[in-house]
Amino acid sequence: MHTVAAHHDEGKGQYLWVWGVLLLLTAVEVALAYKQVFQPIQMLEALMVLSIIKSALIIGWFMHLKYEIAAMKWVLMVAVCACLCLMCIFFADAARILQLGVK
Amino acid sequence: MADVAVTHGVAEAYEPSLFGTYSKKIGMWLFLLSDSLTFGALLFAYSYNRISNPDWPTPFHKESIINATVMTACLLSSSLTMVLGVLAARRGDRSWTRNWILFTMFFGSAFVVLHGMEWNKLMGEGMMPWKNPWSATVPQFGGTFFTLTGMHMLHVTIGVIYLGVVSLRKAFLPILLAIWAIVFFTTPSAGFFHLAVNVLLVGLVIATMILVLKPKDYDAHDVEIAGLYWHFVDLVWMFIFPLVYLMSTRVTG
Repeated sequence: MHTVAAHHDEGKGQYLWVWGVLLLLTAVEVALAYKQVFQPIQMLEALMVLSIIKSALIIGWFMHLKYEIAAMKWVLMVAVCACLCLMCIFFADAARILQLGVK
Repeated sequence: MADVAVTHGVAEAYEPSLFGTYSKKIGMWLFLLSDSLTFGALLFAYSYNRISNPDWPTPFHKESIINATVMTACLLSSSLTMVLGVLAARRGDRSWTRNWILFTMFFGSAFVVLHGMEWNKLMGEGMMPWKNPWSATVPQFGGTFFTLTGMHMLHVTIGVIYLGVVSLRKAFLPILLAIWAIVFFTTPSAGFFHLAVNVLLVGLVIATMILVLKPKDYDAHDVEIAGLYWHFVDLVWMFIFPLVYLMSTRVTG
């Protein structure tokens, strides 16, 4: 395999740190669930916040997006977040079923 | 080639990339965006069903959560070994590129085996895509669970085959055939593994076609984009694990 044009080599240390933080955040999530610290809705909020932090670490460091140019970061992340948020519009219908029932 | 033209300001053979990187990487990112929408839709469907059904069962007891946590640790470790493989490929170290990718494949396979064992256990308790033993009024529990985790497990399996092709090339084909044969002939015919292992056979056919029709010495770029796919698979699990498992823990006492 030929070496590609020189990248700034971030070094192994940074990736080990990211891996360690990811394991720690996972442990926090499991502890929250095990101890039943929060009620369902707050539990969901806490888990989603932690998951988004973990995603940012994976996307930024492991998938290397942090080191790409701004145009790539913005276009990719805004596009996927916008589409995922659009799906969330229909959660209102789930709440409707909960309150009004199904005929 | 295009990025060489950009770096050295050579009279443009190609227009500089909008995203400042090579086309294969952009192509993989675009694929990952579309795949994240697929998983987004499946997660949405699961969440929609969960919200609109107050009797949603919460059957995952301590052993299930421990198993799922070990699976999560396997995938996170596989992401680390994958990134170390990409670093090795960049500095031209062929043997350590192969080694780190093999470690990644090991963790990925461990994930699939643990997950398959959990599926066997749940099906043994009476859970099917159309029914479950914990809530007769919520048949969607099995359907949403098996679809979501099954789609993810399929992606992990395809990823392991992909990594095997990139790291070992044609030498991987007999290994894949041997793994299929061992699992197919040693597992009970009614169990999950006996049926699901045929995915490896389909993967073997496709990998053979690719390696025979388009033989290539995969370079650091190919390792990097294989890594992008692998990290995506890990990323999806970062959402499935809390939403499906941690939100459905069985509270006892």
